[in-house]
Amino acid sequence: MDGLFDFIVSKYNYWGYVVLMMIGMYAMIVKKNLVKKIIGMNIFQTAIILFYVSIGAKRDATLPIIAHGHGDAHHAVHAVDYMNPLPHVLMLTAIVVAVATLGVALALTIKIYKQYNTLEEDEINARLRGR
Amino acid sequence: MRIFGLLTVLLCGGLLIYHTADFPAWGDPASPASTHLSPYYIEHSIDDTMVPNLVTAVLADYRSYDTMFETVVVFAAGIACFFLLRAAKSKTPESMLYRHIPTGITLRIEKGSKTPPDSADFERIDSVWVPYDLIIKITCRLLVPFIQLFALYVVAHGHHSPGGGFQGGVIFGAALILFALTHNLSNSLKRINEKTSALFAASGVLVYAGTGILCLLLGANFLDYSALAPLLGGDPKMAHSHGILIVEIGVAIAVMAVMVWIYYNLASRGRHDEGL
Amino acid sequence: MIWQLDLIIMVLVIAAGIGAISVKDNLGAAILFGAYSFLMCLLWAIMGAVDVAFTEASVGAGVSTVFFVAAVFRTTRRTKD
Repeated sequence: MDGLFDFIVSKYNYWGYVVLMMIGMYAMIVKKNLVKKIIGMNIFQTAIILFYVSIGAKRDATLPIIAHGHGDAHHAVHAVDYMNPLPHVLMLTAIVVAVATLGVALALTIKIYKQYNTLEEDEINARLRGR
Repeated sequence: MRIFGLLTVLLCGGLLIYHTADFPAWGDPASPASTHLSPYYIEHSIDDTMVPNLVTAVLADYRSYDTMFETVVVFAAGIACFFLLRAAKSKTPESMLYRHIPTGITLRIEKGSKTPPDSADFERIDSVWVPYDLIIKITCRLLVPFIQLFALYVVAHGHHSPGGGFQGGVIFGAALILFALTHNLSNSLKRINEKTSALFAASGVLVYAGTGILCLLLGANFLDYSALAPLLGGDPKMAHSHGILIVEIGVAIAVMAVMVWIYYNLASRGRHDEGL
Repeated sequence: MIWQLDLIIMVLVIAAGIGAISVKDNLGAAILFGAYSFLMCLLWAIMGAVDVAFTEASVGAGVSTVFFVAAVFRTTRRTKD
């Protein structure tokens, strides 16, 4: 019983990210509205980012900022005391690029609305076939 | 289609959940991600760069190529929005609305008629105009300078606390967007217009790439800041710290300008006359 | 890293995510996506990724919500699903 509990505590984070990824993927595949599809894409992105960040977490470790002060004696830094900064760096830039791509996606949406006067995928398809 | 999509998603999710059993436990210090490369960064970055915030040190020094091209991607997104949405020529509208502020009377000026003099009494308003809420307008006017000051602090203090170029730039851009939301778009275009934002976006990337080229000209590798030591004063380790600050300022300028630029194009459908 | 707190916020994040894709109004979806981003930022702050959480708080909950609202304002709130 104790083993099962430990197993769940050590793994539920990954299950959470898989569930979020499923929500985003479902919205991208099934939803017909383009804004809903873009929201699904963003949820998918944040799920992947959550996965990377939870890889970087470390038990009994502190934030990746080394304790310092003026006039402190220089002491050795041990890797086990600090969280893994590498996934944080990769994901920090990924978030900013995500908002930039979001801007481009919304610009395309506005362009499509100007052309077809609708955001529903099936109505746009009907208009395209009708021509 | 709905059933098919749901089945695909459930299949993918089920496979991924099944394979999480092989993953290292959450927070395990001996997981493969924490044992190979990152111990070097954690143990050596304060000796190499004098920057206590490991994320900033890795972002702008060890992996600065990566960050440079991320900045280029953000810049490219700004240009893409511009080319997708911007109307080539702004045509004069059929009628323009002006509001006389002391009396609150709205004037409709037909095309070709004389427009009111450019004074503090008259302001041009959008065709869909709701009266400004006085509390929101005054509060935001008071808040915007402090948000901008905080953004500059975030950029400058990124070495010692969470923060850096990306966050500071986005906060600065958000302050300008807040101004555009609470006043109208033409008011904020008067403060920072499209040409300025485009120039800022390009110059931010130029600051970043220029720092790299400068290092190259001084005889070191691209973006190896220790070559800047004779210019900036101090020893090569301190030059790393100063070089990171210069690069972060470049990132902040580019990100700030691109956020404002994308907002202008999205909110006015590329016509830059009336906004949200 | 307190796993109980983490679990509560993760449940809230999943609820906000489901809400954002299932509400039948584009503006409401945009606002719920802002709430989702902010809860996600709390989750990352708990896991110790302070820089990532800071970025998400300014980018996800701030600027991208404004982009969504601007796009919905320029298109339509109507949605079929």
